[in-house]
Amino acid sequence: MSFSKMPLVEANQALDASSLSLDSERTLYPYVTGTSVVAFKYRDGILMAADMGGSYGSTLRYKTVERIKPIGKHSLLGASGEISDFQEILRYLDELILYDNMWDDGNSLGPKEVHNYLTRVMYNRRNKFNPLWNSLVLGGVKNGQKYLGMVSMIGVNFEDNHVATGFGNHLARPILRDEWNEDLSFEDGVKLLEKCMRVLLYRDRSAVNKLQIAKITEEGATLFPPYSLKTFWGFEAYKNPTVGAEGSW
Amino acid sequence: MFRNQYDTDVTTWSPAGRLFQVEYAMEAVKQGSAAIGLRSRTHVVLACVNKANNELSSHQKKIFKVDDHIGVAIAGLTADGRVLSRYMRSECINHAFTYESPLPVGRLVVQLADKAQVCTQRSWKRPYGVGLLVAGLDESGAHLYYNCPSGNYFEYQAFAIGSRSQAAKTYLERRFEKFMDSSRDDLVKDALIAIRETLQGERLTSNICTVAVVGVGEPFHILDQNTVQQLIDAFEIVAEEEPPAAEAGDAADQETAAGEGAPAEEGAAPMDI
Repeated sequence: MSFSKMPLVEANQALDASSLSLDSERTLYPYVTGTSVVAFKYRDGILMAADMGGSYGSTLRYKTVERIKPIGKHSLLGASGEISDFQEILRYLDELILYDNMWDDGNSLGPKEVHNYLTRVMYNRRNKFNPLWNSLVLGGVKNGQKYLGMVSMIGVNFEDNHVATGFGNHLARPILRDEWNEDLSFEDGVKLLEKCMRVLLYRDRSAVNKLQIAKITEEGATLFPPYSLKTFWGFEAYKNPTVGAEGSW
Repeated sequence: MFRNQYDTDVTTWSPAGRLFQVEYAMEAVKQGSAAIGLRSRTHVVLACVNKANNELSSHQKKIFKVDDHIGVAIAGLTADGRVLSRYMRSECINHAFTYESPLPVGRLVVQLADKAQVCTQRSWKRPYGVGLLVAGLDESGAHLYYNCPSGNYFEYQAFAIGSRSQAAKTYLERRFEKFMDSSRDDLVKDALIAIRETLQGERLTSNICTVAVVGVGEPFHILDQNTVQQLIDAFEIVAEEEPPAAEAGDAADQETAAGEGAPAEEGAAPMDI
C-alpha cells in the first residue's frame, strides 16, 4: 500500500521542481463519479441501494457500474464519488480481509472494524491532501448486532440507523426520518428504498434508471439483480410542450 | 544439561537437532519465581509468588495489564518480560485505534510467538529469557496461553511455570476438569491454593503473592492485598476446621493445614516461619 510511487516517465523528464514533484499524483477533482447510496437497518439486517450509473461530468457515461460490494462475511460497502478510488478501496479491503482470513483462528473482522479501518484510511489520505474522493456507506451484521456507518472523503465518520450519500442526504433522508422504523420487514424495506430511489431518479440529474438493491443479514450478503423503476411523466404540463411556441425557431 | 561445543550460538544446531541456547533460555524460566494461571468458560485467573530480595526492597512486578481484556504473568528474566509487555500493550492499542475493537488474544499470542522465534534465528540476538502466561478474553470466550522463549505457544486449561511449579501443576492436574464450569471465586481460591503448593510449607500471605482476574464483564485487574488476604484466610479457616470434607477429595489441604500457623494472624512478616 504505497501512496507515492514515482512513475518512470516522470523520472526521464527535465529535472525541474514541478515535473519531478509528486503534485501531479494528487487527487484534484473526480472524473467518473457515482451518485447517491441509500441504506438503513431493517428487521434482519441492513438494506442498501445504489443506481448503476457512472457519470463523466455531466454525461451519463457508464450504466452498469456496481457501486455496492460485499466485504468479507459480515459487511457491505456502498460508495459514491470517484469510481476508480472506490476500486482502489476495494483492493485495500481485499488485502485486509485476506490477511484476516489467513489467521484462520475463528476471529473475523466485523462491520465495525472495517468501518474504522476505512475511517483511518480516508482521514490519513485527507491529511496528505490526496483524498480518496468517495463517500462510503458500510453496513453489516455480526453476532446479531446490526451496524451501519458512513465515512466521507475528509474522514468524517458516524453511525446511524439510516444513512445516505450525496443527494440522498437531501432527498432520501427526510423520507427515512418520517417513515423508517426499527422493525421493517424485508418487503416494506424494499418499498421504502424504492420510494427514496424514485425521488432521486426524478430529481438528481446524475441518476440512471437502473438500480441495485443489496441486503446483509446474519446469514450473509445478497446482491439482487439490477432492475428499473417505473416512472410517470404524463403530467399535463409535459404534454405538447411546444404548443404556443410555433414558429419560434 | 552440560556445556558442550554446540551451545555458544543460538544459530548452531547440535547433531541431535537441538538448539542449546534456546533450551538454556527455557532454563531461565524455570529459575524464576512461580506463576500460575487457570481458566473457566468466562474467567481467567493469574497468580504469582513475588518475594522481595530483602525486607527493605519492594517486590518484583510480575503481572502486567496489557489491555482491559488481556493480562500477562511472567517468570524468568523480568526485564525481558517488561519489554515484551510493552510490545503487547503497543499492539493492543494500535489494533484498538485502527479497528475500534479489542485485539483477539489468540492473535496477540501468535505475534508474540513470532517475535520470540526471530530471536532464535539471528546470530546477533539472544532468545527472550522469560515465559509468559497470557490471560485474555475474545469472542470465543476466556483463554489462557503459555508463550515459551522457543517461540512456541500453547493454550491451557491451567498451567504453572517457574521454580517449584511442579507442585502447583500436580494440584492443578487433579482438579482441572472442574475449572471450565467453576465460578470466579472458586477459580481464585484454586489459584491461591496452587500458589501455596509452590511455597512448600511456607506461610501464604498476601504480601508474597499477587492475584489478577479477567472475565466477561470484568476488565483485567490485580486484586488488592486486603481482598487477597481475606480470601486466603477464608479457605485456611475452612481447611483447619474441616480438613477432610471441605475440598472434595483434596489431600493437599490436610497436609498443609497441619503445617500452617493459626489462621487468625494477619499481616505477619513474610519470613516469620
